[in-house]
Amino acid sequence: MLATKEPLVWLENCGVNRNGRWIARGISFGVRPAEIVTLIGPNGSGKSTSAKMALGILKPDEGSVGRGANLKIGYVPQKLNVDWTLPLTAERFMRLTGDVAQREIDLSLDKTGVLKLAKSELRNLSGGELQRVMLSRAIARKPDLLVLDEPVQGVDFNGEAALYELIKAVRDETGCGILMVSHDLHVVMAATDKVICLNGHMCCQGSPRAVATSEEYQKLFGQRASASLAIYEHNHDHTHLPDGRVAHADGSITDHCHPDDGHHEGPNHAHKKGEPHVG
Amino acid sequence: MLDDFFTRAIIGGVGVALVAGPLGCFIIWRRMAYFGDTLSHAALLGVALGLLMNVNLTLSVFVVSAIVALALMAMQKRASLSADALLGLLAHSSLAIGLVVLAFMTWIRFDLMGLLFGDILAVSKTDIAVIYGGGALVLAVLAWIWKPLFAVTVSAELAEAEGVKGERANLIFMLLLAIIVAISMKITGVLLITAMLIIPAATARRFASGPEQMALVAALCGVAAVLAGLFGSLEFDTPSGPSIVVAALILFVLSFSPLVKWLPNVGKS
Repeated sequence: MLATKEPLVWLENCGVNRNGRWIARGISFGVRPAEIVTLIGPNGSGKSTSAKMALGILKPDEGSVGRGANLKIGYVPQKLNVDWTLPLTAERFMRLTGDVAQREIDLSLDKTGVLKLAKSELRNLSGGELQRVMLSRAIARKPDLLVLDEPVQGVDFNGEAALYELIKAVRDETGCGILMVSHDLHVVMAATDKVICLNGHMCCQGSPRAVATSEEYQKLFGQRASASLAIYEHNHDHTHLPDGRVAHADGSITDHCHPDDGHHEGPNHAHKKGEPHVG
Repeated sequence: MLDDFFTRAIIGGVGVALVAGPLGCFIIWRRMAYFGDTLSHAALLGVALGLLMNVNLTLSVFVVSAIVALALMAMQKRASLSADALLGLLAHSSLAIGLVVLAFMTWIRFDLMGLLFGDILAVSKTDIAVIYGGGALVLAVLAWIWKPLFAVTVSAELAEAEGVKGERANLIFMLLLAIIVAISMKITGVLLITAMLIIPAATARRFASGPEQMALVAALCGVAAVLAGLFGSLEFDTPSGPSIVVAALILFVLSFSPLVKWLPNVGKS
Protein backbone atom coordinates (compact mmCIF):
# COMPACT_ATOMS: atom_id res chain seq x y z
CA MET A 1 0.00 0.00 0.00
CA LEU A 2 2.95 2.28 0.63
CA ALA A 3 5.14 0.89 -2.05
CA THR A 4 5.28 4.22 -3.83
CA LYS A 5 7.17 5.98 -1.03
CA GLU A 6 10.95 6.05 -1.05
CA PRO A 7 12.42 3.70 1.54
CA LEU A 8 13.96 5.29 4.66
CA VAL A 9 16.66 2.67 4.74
CA TRP A 10 17.53 -0.13 2.39
CA LEU A 11 19.97 -3.02 2.33
CA GLU A 12 21.22 -4.39 -0.95
CA ASN A 13 22.59 -7.93 -0.83
CA CYS A 14 24.44 -7.25 2.42
CA GLY A 15 26.65 -9.69 4.26
CA VAL A 16 28.79 -9.70 7.40
CA ASN A 17 31.79 -11.99 7.64
CA ARG A 18 33.48 -12.80 10.93
CA ASN A 19 36.66 -14.88 10.83
CA GLY A 20 35.75 -16.45 7.53
CA ARG A 21 32.21 -17.28 8.52
CA TRP A 22 29.23 -15.41 7.11
CA ILE A 23 26.96 -14.56 10.03
CA ALA A 24 24.51 -13.02 7.57
CA ARG A 25 24.58 -12.94 3.82
CA GLY A 26 22.45 -11.88 0.91
CA ILE A 27 20.29 -9.61 3.05
CA SER A 28 18.13 -7.24 1.00
CA PHE A 29 15.16 -5.31 2.27
CA GLY A 30 13.92 -1.79 2.80
CA VAL A 31 11.73 0.03 5.28
CA ARG A 32 9.39 2.70 3.95
CA PRO A 33 7.59 5.40 5.90
CA ALA A 34 4.65 4.02 7.92
CA GLU A 35 5.75 0.49 7.17
CA ILE A 36 6.43 -2.09 9.88
CA VAL A 37 9.00 -4.68 8.90
CA THR A 38 9.69 -7.51 11.31
CA LEU A 39 12.77 -9.71 11.27
CA ILE A 40 12.31 -13.16 12.72
CA GLY A 41 14.50 -16.21 12.89
CA PRO A 42 16.30 -18.51 15.31
CA ASN A 43 19.24 -17.47 17.50
CA GLY A 44 22.26 -16.44 15.50
CA SER A 45 20.25 -16.11 12.31
CA GLY A 46 21.46 -12.56 11.72
CA LYS A 47 18.43 -10.58 12.90
CA SER A 48 20.33 -8.12 15.09
CA THR A 49 23.19 -8.08 12.61
CA SER A 50 20.81 -7.03 9.85
CA ALA A 51 19.24 -4.38 12.08
CA LYS A 52 22.69 -3.06 12.97
CA MET A 53 23.64 -2.86 9.31
CA ALA A 54 20.49 -0.84 8.70
CA LEU A 55 21.46 1.45 11.59
CA GLY A 56 25.01 1.90 10.37
CA ILE A 57 26.53 0.40 13.53
CA LEU A 58 27.91 -2.51 11.51
CA LYS A 59 29.53 -2.00 8.14
CA PRO A 60 28.62 -4.80 5.73
CA ASP A 61 31.56 -6.74 4.27
CA GLU A 62 29.67 -7.03 1.03
CA GLY A 63 26.66 -5.28 -0.44
CA SER A 64 25.55 -1.75 0.31
CA VAL A 65 23.30 0.10 2.73
CA GLY A 66 21.46 3.31 1.94
CA ARG A 67 19.70 5.71 4.27
CA GLY A 68 17.54 8.73 3.54
CA ALA A 69 19.10 12.16 4.05
CA ASN A 70 18.76 13.59 7.59
CA LEU A 71 17.09 10.43 8.76
CA LYS A 72 16.19 10.66 12.44
CA ILE A 73 16.50 7.27 14.08
CA GLY A 74 15.11 5.98 17.36
CA TYR A 75 16.81 2.80 18.51
CA VAL A 76 15.96 0.28 21.22
CA PRO A 77 19.03 -1.95 21.51
CA GLN A 78 18.80 -5.55 22.57
CA LYS A 79 20.87 -4.90 25.66
CA LEU A 80 21.75 -1.91 27.75
CA ASN A 81 24.67 -2.56 30.03
CA VAL A 82 24.93 0.41 32.38
CA ASP A 83 27.60 0.22 35.06
CA TRP A 84 26.24 0.35 38.60
CA THR A 85 28.46 3.35 39.35
CA LEU A 86 26.64 5.43 36.75
CA PRO A 87 23.85 7.50 38.30
CA LEU A 88 21.33 7.78 35.50
CA THR A 89 17.62 8.33 36.02
CA ALA A 90 15.06 7.26 33.46
CA GLU A 91 14.21 10.90 32.87
CA ARG A 92 17.80 11.83 32.17
CA PHE A 93 18.19 8.78 29.93
CA MET A 94 15.35 10.13 27.79
CA ARG A 95 17.56 13.07 26.82
CA LEU A 96 20.63 10.96 26.12
CA THR A 97 21.12 11.63 22.44
CA GLY A 98 19.20 14.86 21.99
CA ASP A 99 17.03 17.41 23.74
CA VAL A 100 13.45 16.36 24.30
CA ALA A 101 10.79 18.62 25.84
CA GLN A 102 9.75 17.64 29.36
CA ARG A 103 6.14 17.30 28.18
CA GLU A 104 7.21 14.78 25.55
CA ILE A 105 9.19 12.83 28.12
CA ASP A 106 6.26 12.57 30.51
CA LEU A 107 3.85 11.74 27.72
CA SER A 108 6.10 9.07 26.31
CA LEU A 109 6.84 7.47 29.69
CA ASP A 110 3.13 7.48 30.41
CA LYS A 111 2.36 5.70 27.15
CA THR A 112 4.47 2.71 28.15
CA GLY A 113 3.18 2.85 31.72
CA VAL A 114 6.41 3.81 33.49
CA LEU A 115 5.82 7.49 34.27
CA LYS A 116 6.13 6.71 37.96
CA LEU A 117 9.67 5.47 37.32
CA ALA A 118 10.85 8.78 35.82
CA LYS A 119 13.12 9.54 38.78
CA SER A 120 14.29 5.95 39.24
CA GLU A 121 17.82 4.97 38.36
CA LEU A 122 18.21 2.62 35.41
CA ARG A 123 20.28 0.15 37.40
CA ASN A 124 17.36 -0.38 39.77
CA LEU A 125 14.82 -1.18 37.05
CA SER A 126 13.69 -4.69 36.20
CA GLY A 127 14.24 -6.02 32.70
CA GLY A 128 10.68 -5.31 31.64
CA GLU A 129 10.72 -1.82 33.14
CA LEU A 130 13.99 -0.98 31.44
CA GLN A 131 12.55 -2.20 28.17
CA ARG A 132 9.59 0.15 28.55
CA VAL A 133 11.85 3.08 29.38
CA MET A 134 14.01 2.36 26.33
CA LEU A 135 10.95 2.20 24.12
CA SER A 136 9.67 5.49 25.58
CA ARG A 137 13.01 7.11 24.90
CA ALA A 138 13.05 6.02 21.27
CA ILE A 139 9.46 7.18 20.74
CA ALA A 140 9.95 10.54 22.45
CA ARG A 141 12.57 11.44 19.85
CA LYS A 142 9.83 11.43 17.20
CA PRO A 143 12.03 9.49 14.79
CA ASP A 144 11.51 8.89 11.09
CA LEU A 145 12.71 5.34 11.60
CA LEU A 146 12.22 3.30 14.74
CA VAL A 147 14.48 0.27 15.12
CA LEU A 148 13.41 -2.09 17.88
CA ASP A 149 15.62 -5.04 18.75
CA GLU A 150 13.41 -7.41 20.72
CA PRO A 151 11.39 -4.56 22.24
CA VAL A 152 9.21 -6.68 24.54
CA GLN A 153 11.80 -9.00 26.08
CA GLY A 154 11.25 -9.41 29.78
CA VAL A 155 7.79 -7.86 29.56
CA ASP A 156 4.89 -9.94 30.89
CA PHE A 157 2.34 -11.27 28.45
CA ASN A 158 -0.38 -8.66 28.93
CA GLY A 159 2.19 -5.92 28.74
CA GLU A 160 3.58 -7.44 25.58
CA ALA A 161 0.27 -7.11 23.75
CA ALA A 162 -0.14 -3.53 24.99
CA LEU A 163 3.35 -2.57 23.84
CA TYR A 164 2.78 -4.08 20.41
CA GLU A 165 -0.39 -2.03 20.21
CA LEU A 166 1.52 1.07 21.24
CA ILE A 167 4.14 0.47 18.57
CA LYS A 168 1.39 0.24 15.99
CA ALA A 169 -0.24 3.42 17.34
CA VAL A 170 3.06 5.27 17.07
CA ARG A 171 3.33 4.21 13.45
CA ASP A 172 -0.25 5.30 12.78
CA GLU A 173 0.21 8.67 14.50
CA THR A 174 3.62 9.68 13.26
CA GLY A 175 3.96 7.70 10.05
CA CYS A 176 7.43 6.56 10.97
CA GLY A 177 8.89 3.39 9.52
CA ILE A 178 9.55 0.60 11.98
CA LEU A 179 12.13 -2.15 11.76
CA MET A 180 11.61 -4.72 14.46
CA VAL A 181 13.50 -7.79 15.55
CA SER A 182 11.17 -10.27 17.16
CA HIS A 183 12.28 -12.30 20.14
CA ASP A 184 9.73 -14.95 19.33
CA LEU A 185 9.71 -16.94 16.16
CA HIS A 186 6.06 -17.76 16.51
CA VAL A 187 4.45 -14.55 17.62
CA VAL A 188 4.56 -11.57 15.36
CA MET A 189 2.42 -8.47 15.39
CA ALA A 190 -0.60 -8.41 13.18
CA ALA A 191 0.27 -4.83 12.37
CA THR A 192 3.45 -5.95 10.66
CA ASP A 193 3.36 -5.16 6.98
CA LYS A 194 6.19 -7.44 6.08
CA VAL A 195 7.80 -10.33 7.87
CA ILE A 196 11.29 -11.29 6.87
CA CYS A 197 12.48 -14.65 8.04
CA LEU A 198 16.22 -14.95 8.42
CA ASN A 199 18.43 -17.93 8.94
CA GLY A 200 21.84 -16.55 8.08
CA HIS A 201 20.25 -15.39 4.84
CA MET A 202 16.78 -14.35 3.68
CA CYS A 203 14.55 -17.39 3.92
CA CYS A 204 11.29 -15.84 2.95
CA GLN A 205 9.21 -12.73 3.33
CA GLY A 206 5.64 -11.60 3.09
CA SER A 207 2.69 -10.38 5.13
CA PRO A 208 1.86 -12.23 8.33
CA ARG A 209 -1.02 -14.55 7.84
CA ALA A 210 -3.53 -12.56 5.85
CA VAL A 211 -6.43 -13.96 7.75
CA ALA A 212 -5.51 -12.16 10.96
CA THR A 213 -5.99 -8.81 9.30
CA SER A 214 -9.00 -9.72 7.17
CA GLU A 215 -12.24 -7.83 7.76
CA GLU A 216 -14.17 -10.97 8.65
CA TYR A 217 -11.68 -11.84 11.33
CA GLN A 218 -11.79 -8.34 12.79
CA LYS A 219 -15.57 -8.37 12.92
CA LEU A 220 -15.60 -11.73 14.59
CA PHE A 221 -12.99 -11.11 17.25
CA GLY A 222 -13.02 -7.33 17.51
CA GLN A 223 -10.43 -4.74 16.60
CA ARG A 224 -8.23 -5.27 19.62
CA ALA A 225 -7.79 -8.99 19.60
CA SER A 226 -7.19 -9.15 15.90
CA ALA A 227 -4.75 -6.29 15.85
CA SER A 228 -2.75 -7.46 18.82
CA LEU A 229 -1.20 -10.68 17.77
CA ALA A 230 -0.93 -12.87 14.79
CA ILE A 231 0.55 -16.29 14.57
CA TYR A 232 3.28 -16.97 12.18
CA GLU A 233 4.53 -20.49 12.13
CA HIS A 234 7.66 -21.46 10.43
CA ASN A 235 9.93 -24.43 10.06
CA HIS A 236 13.29 -24.31 8.41
CA ASP A 237 13.78 -26.87 5.70
CA HIS A 238 17.52 -26.50 5.31
CA THR A 239 20.70 -26.03 7.30
CA HIS A 240 23.80 -23.91 6.82
CA LEU A 241 27.19 -25.38 6.26
CA PRO A 242 30.26 -23.80 7.88
CA ASP A 243 31.43 -22.40 4.55
CA GLY A 244 28.20 -20.48 4.08
CA ARG A 245 26.61 -22.87 1.60
CA VAL A 246 23.14 -24.19 2.16
CA ALA A 247 22.12 -27.82 2.46
CA HIS A 248 18.46 -28.33 1.59
CA ALA A 249 16.05 -30.95 2.77
CA ASP A 250 16.05 -32.50 -0.67
CA GLY A 251 19.80 -33.15 -0.33
CA SER A 252 20.98 -30.47 -2.72
CA ILE A 253 23.61 -27.90 -1.79
CA THR A 254 23.62 -24.36 -3.09
CA ASP A 255 25.74 -21.27 -2.53
CA HIS A 256 22.81 -19.08 -1.61
CA CYS A 257 19.28 -19.62 -0.65
CA HIS A 258 16.75 -17.55 -2.53
CA PRO A 259 13.00 -17.87 -2.16
CA ASP A 260 12.77 -18.54 -5.87
CA ASP A 261 15.61 -20.98 -6.38
CA GLY A 262 13.30 -23.95 -6.30
CA HIS A 263 14.67 -25.50 -3.15
CA HIS A 264 12.03 -24.18 -0.91
CA GLU A 265 8.87 -22.25 -1.09
CA GLY A 266 7.61 -18.76 -0.51
CA PRO A 267 6.18 -17.21 2.63
CA ASN A 268 3.31 -19.63 2.90
CA HIS A 269 5.25 -22.84 2.64
CA ALA A 270 4.34 -25.91 4.59
CA HIS A 271 4.11 -25.72 8.33
CA LYS A 272 4.54 -29.14 9.69
CA LYS A 273 4.41 -28.69 13.39
CA GLY A 274 1.01 -27.36 14.34
CA GLU A 275 1.85 -26.92 17.97
CA PRO A 276 -0.45 -24.57 19.87
CA HIS A 277 0.78 -21.04 20.41
CA VAL A 278 0.29 -18.39 22.99
CA GLY A 279 -2.16 -15.86 21.65
CA MET B 1 53.53 25.99 59.45
CA LEU B 2 53.21 26.42 55.74
CA ASP B 3 56.48 26.56 53.91
CA ASP B 4 56.39 27.96 50.43
CA PHE B 5 56.97 24.60 48.76
CA PHE B 6 54.08 23.18 50.72
CA THR B 7 51.68 25.89 49.57
CA ARG B 8 52.73 25.19 46.02
CA ALA B 9 52.14 21.47 46.54
CA ILE B 10 48.65 22.12 47.89
CA ILE B 11 47.75 24.47 45.05
CA GLY B 12 49.09 21.98 42.52
CA GLY B 13 47.39 19.01 44.17
CA VAL B 14 44.04 20.76 44.33
CA GLY B 15 44.36 21.57 40.64
CA VAL B 16 45.00 17.93 39.78
CA ALA B 17 42.11 16.73 41.96
CA LEU B 18 39.63 19.14 40.36
CA VAL B 19 40.42 17.73 36.93
CA ALA B 20 40.88 14.09 37.93
CA GLY B 21 37.44 13.84 39.57
CA PRO B 22 35.27 14.41 36.49
CA LEU B 23 37.59 12.41 34.20
CA GLY B 24 37.67 9.61 36.77
CA CYS B 25 33.88 9.36 36.72
CA PHE B 26 34.00 8.50 33.04
CA ILE B 27 36.78 5.98 33.72
CA ILE B 28 34.71 4.03 36.21
CA TRP B 29 31.46 4.38 34.25
CA ARG B 30 33.23 2.92 31.24
CA ARG B 31 35.08 0.26 33.28
CA MET B 32 38.38 1.62 32.03
CA ALA B 33 40.38 1.58 35.26
CA TYR B 34 43.04 -0.68 33.81
CA PHE B 35 43.23 1.54 30.77
CA GLY B 36 44.12 4.52 32.94
CA ASP B 37 46.70 2.37 34.65
CA THR B 38 48.30 1.49 31.33
CA LEU B 39 48.52 5.15 30.37
CA SER B 40 50.26 6.05 33.60
CA HIS B 41 52.74 3.20 33.23
CA ALA B 42 53.49 4.44 29.74
CA ALA B 43 54.21 7.83 31.28
CA LEU B 44 57.48 6.51 32.66
CA LEU B 45 58.56 5.66 29.14
CA GLY B 46 57.63 9.23 28.30
CA VAL B 47 59.91 10.48 31.06
CA ALA B 48 62.80 8.34 29.84
CA LEU B 49 62.41 9.44 26.24
CA GLY B 50 62.05 13.06 27.33
CA LEU B 51 65.32 12.90 29.25
CA LEU B 52 67.02 11.08 26.40
CA MET B 53 65.98 13.65 23.81
CA ASN B 54 66.22 16.55 26.20
CA VAL B 55 62.68 17.83 25.74
CA ASN B 56 60.13 19.03 28.27
CA LEU B 57 59.04 16.06 30.39
CA THR B 58 55.37 17.03 30.59
CA LEU B 59 55.28 17.26 26.83
CA SER B 60 57.06 13.95 26.28
CA VAL B 61 54.84 12.17 28.81
CA PHE B 62 51.75 13.59 27.09
CA VAL B 63 52.96 12.51 23.65
CA VAL B 64 53.84 8.96 24.74
CA SER B 65 50.58 8.55 26.71
CA ALA B 66 48.56 9.86 23.79
CA ILE B 67 50.27 7.47 21.36
CA VAL B 68 49.66 4.52 23.70
CA ALA B 69 46.01 5.57 24.17
CA LEU B 70 45.37 5.85 20.45
CA ALA B 71 47.19 2.59 19.77
CA LEU B 72 45.01 0.86 22.35
CA MET B 73 41.89 2.31 20.79
CA ALA B 74 42.91 1.04 17.38
CA MET B 75 43.90 -2.39 18.70
CA GLN B 76 40.68 -2.83 20.65
CA LYS B 77 38.73 -2.53 17.42
CA ARG B 78 40.62 -5.47 15.97
CA ALA B 79 40.40 -7.35 19.25
CA SER B 80 42.46 -10.38 18.41
CA LEU B 81 43.90 -10.40 21.92
CA SER B 82 41.58 -9.73 24.86
CA ALA B 83 41.57 -6.11 25.96
CA ASP B 84 42.72 -7.18 29.39
CA ALA B 85 45.80 -9.00 28.16
CA LEU B 86 46.58 -6.21 25.73
CA LEU B 87 46.48 -3.59 28.47
CA GLY B 88 48.67 -5.65 30.77
CA LEU B 89 51.14 -6.24 28.00
CA LEU B 90 51.42 -2.57 27.09
CA ALA B 91 51.40 -1.30 30.67
CA HIS B 92 54.23 -3.36 31.96
CA SER B 93 56.34 -3.48 28.85
CA SER B 94 56.30 0.31 28.56
CA LEU B 95 57.14 0.61 32.26
CA ALA B 96 59.99 -1.86 31.85
CA ILE B 97 61.35 -0.16 28.74
CA GLY B 98 61.17 3.16 30.53
CA LEU B 99 63.17 1.83 33.48
CA VAL B 100 65.74 0.18 31.21
CA VAL B 101 66.23 3.36 29.19
CA LEU B 102 66.61 5.37 32.39
CA ALA B 103 69.22 2.93 33.70
CA PHE B 104 71.33 3.44 30.58
CA MET B 105 71.43 7.18 31.09
CA THR B 106 74.01 7.18 33.85
CA TRP B 107 74.88 10.81 33.15
CA ILE B 108 71.47 12.02 34.24
CA ARG B 109 70.67 12.37 37.90
CA PHE B 110 67.02 11.85 38.66
CA ASP B 111 64.81 10.83 41.52
CA LEU B 112 63.07 7.62 40.46
CA MET B 113 60.91 7.48 43.58
CA GLY B 114 59.79 11.03 42.87
CA LEU B 115 58.81 10.10 39.34
CA LEU B 116 56.91 7.03 40.41
CA PHE B 117 55.22 8.33 43.53
CA GLY B 118 55.26 12.10 43.37
CA ASP B 119 57.46 14.66 45.09
CA ILE B 120 55.94 17.68 46.77
CA LEU B 121 59.33 19.34 47.08
CA ALA B 122 59.62 19.40 43.33
CA VAL B 123 56.44 21.37 42.59
CA SER B 124 57.56 24.63 41.01
CA LYS B 125 55.64 27.71 39.94
CA THR B 126 55.96 26.49 36.37
CA ASP B 127 54.41 23.18 37.40
CA ILE B 128 51.47 25.01 38.93
CA ALA B 129 51.03 27.03 35.76
CA VAL B 130 51.11 23.81 33.72
CA ILE B 131 48.62 22.08 36.03
CA TYR B 132 46.14 24.95 35.95
CA GLY B 133 46.62 25.76 32.28
CA GLY B 134 46.34 22.12 31.24
CA GLY B 135 43.62 21.43 33.78
CA ALA B 136 41.47 24.33 32.59
CA LEU B 137 41.88 23.12 29.03
CA VAL B 138 40.89 19.57 30.01
CA LEU B 139 37.78 20.71 31.88
CA ALA B 140 36.72 23.07 29.10
CA VAL B 141 37.06 20.36 26.46
CA LEU B 142 35.34 17.84 28.71
CA ALA B 143 32.39 20.21 29.11
CA TRP B 144 32.34 20.65 25.35
CA ILE B 145 32.21 16.90 24.59
CA TRP B 146 30.16 16.01 27.67
CA LYS B 147 26.91 15.18 25.90
CA PRO B 148 28.26 12.88 23.18
CA LEU B 149 30.81 11.34 25.56
CA PHE B 150 28.11 10.59 28.09
CA ALA B 151 25.82 9.13 25.42
CA VAL B 152 28.56 6.86 24.10
CA THR B 153 29.41 5.86 27.67
CA VAL B 154 25.85 4.71 28.34
CA SER B 155 25.61 2.81 25.06
CA ALA B 156 28.01 3.10 22.17
CA GLU B 157 25.61 1.39 19.77
CA LEU B 158 22.66 3.50 20.74
CA ALA B 159 24.70 6.68 20.41
CA GLU B 160 26.06 5.71 17.03
CA ALA B 161 22.66 4.60 15.72
CA GLU B 162 21.13 7.94 16.67
CA GLY B 163 23.82 10.05 15.05
CA VAL B 164 25.95 11.00 18.06
CA LYS B 165 29.59 11.55 17.14
CA GLY B 166 30.76 9.03 19.72
CA GLU B 167 33.98 8.02 18.03
CA ARG B 168 35.22 11.58 18.04
CA ALA B 169 34.24 12.05 21.69
CA ASN B 170 36.12 8.85 22.57
CA LEU B 171 39.23 10.03 20.79
CA ILE B 172 39.21 13.41 22.50
CA PHE B 173 38.61 11.72 25.86
CA MET B 174 41.75 9.62 25.35
CA LEU B 175 43.78 12.76 24.72
CA LEU B 176 42.34 14.36 27.85
CA LEU B 177 43.48 11.33 29.86
CA ALA B 178 46.95 11.67 28.39
CA ILE B 179 47.00 15.32 29.47
CA ILE B 180 45.97 14.58 33.05
CA VAL B 181 48.62 11.85 33.33
CA ALA B 182 51.25 14.32 32.12
CA ILE B 183 50.30 17.24 34.34
CA SER B 184 49.77 15.28 37.52
CA MET B 185 53.13 13.50 37.40
CA LYS B 186 54.81 15.79 39.92
CA ILE B 187 52.00 15.52 42.46
CA THR B 188 51.03 11.87 42.52
CA GLY B 189 53.76 10.28 40.43
CA VAL B 190 53.06 8.23 37.35
CA LEU B 191 52.02 5.10 39.20
CA LEU B 192 49.33 6.63 41.37
CA ILE B 193 47.42 8.93 39.05
CA THR B 194 44.97 6.11 38.32
CA ALA B 195 44.10 6.05 42.00
CA MET B 196 43.38 9.81 41.89
CA LEU B 197 41.09 9.21 38.94
CA ILE B 198 39.20 6.26 40.37
CA ILE B 199 38.97 6.51 44.15
CA PRO B 200 37.34 9.98 44.44
CA ALA B 201 34.91 9.05 41.67
CA ALA B 202 33.98 5.80 43.39
CA THR B 203 33.52 7.72 46.65
CA ALA B 204 31.30 10.26 44.91
CA ARG B 205 28.94 7.58 43.65
CA ARG B 206 27.41 7.33 47.10
CA PHE B 207 26.39 10.97 47.12
CA ALA B 208 25.30 11.60 43.55
CA SER B 209 21.94 11.27 41.88
CA GLY B 210 23.08 12.50 38.49
CA PRO B 211 26.22 12.27 36.37
CA GLU B 212 27.14 15.96 36.51
CA GLN B 213 26.61 16.00 40.26
CA MET B 214 28.84 12.94 40.59
CA ALA B 215 31.61 14.65 38.61
CA LEU B 216 31.43 17.66 40.93
CA VAL B 217 31.40 15.58 44.11
CA ALA B 218 34.32 13.50 42.78
CA ALA B 219 36.34 16.68 42.28
CA LEU B 220 35.57 17.77 45.84
CA CYS B 221 36.43 14.34 47.27
CA GLY B 222 39.72 14.56 45.40
CA VAL B 223 40.45 17.99 46.85
CA ALA B 224 39.73 16.69 50.35
CA ALA B 225 42.08 13.75 49.74
CA VAL B 226 44.83 16.05 48.50
CA LEU B 227 44.54 18.31 51.54
CA ALA B 228 44.46 15.45 54.01
CA GLY B 229 47.20 13.56 52.19
CA LEU B 230 49.59 16.46 51.89
CA PHE B 231 49.19 17.53 55.51
CA GLY B 232 49.73 13.91 56.51
CA SER B 233 52.76 13.75 54.26
CA LEU B 234 54.24 16.82 55.95
CA GLU B 235 53.39 15.54 59.40
CA PHE B 236 54.70 11.99 59.02
CA ASP B 237 57.37 12.66 56.39
CA THR B 238 55.82 10.27 53.89
CA PRO B 239 55.92 10.60 50.08
CA SER B 240 53.17 12.89 48.81
CA GLY B 241 51.57 10.68 46.18
CA PRO B 242 50.97 7.61 48.37
CA SER B 243 49.79 9.83 51.23
CA ILE B 244 47.15 11.43 49.01
CA VAL B 245 46.01 8.02 47.79
CA VAL B 246 45.78 6.69 51.34
CA ALA B 247 43.70 9.73 52.30
CA ALA B 248 41.43 9.15 49.27
CA LEU B 249 41.02 5.53 50.30
CA ILE B 250 40.10 6.53 53.85
CA LEU B 251 37.45 8.87 52.45
CA PHE B 252 36.13 6.04 50.31
CA VAL B 253 35.88 3.69 53.30
CA LEU B 254 34.24 6.45 55.35
CA SER B 255 31.63 6.87 52.63
CA PHE B 256 30.33 3.42 53.53
CA SER B 257 30.16 4.20 57.23
CA PRO B 258 27.11 5.51 59.12
CA LEU B 259 28.76 8.93 58.96
CA VAL B 260 27.72 8.99 55.32
CA LYS B 261 25.00 11.61 55.84
CA TRP B 262 27.44 13.90 57.49
CA LEU B 263 30.20 13.68 54.89
CA PRO B 264 28.77 15.38 51.79
CA ASN B 265 27.98 18.53 53.74
CA VAL B 266 31.62 18.74 54.74
CA GLY B 267 32.72 18.19 51.16
CA LYS B 268 30.51 20.96 49.81
CA SER B 269 31.24 23.60 52.42
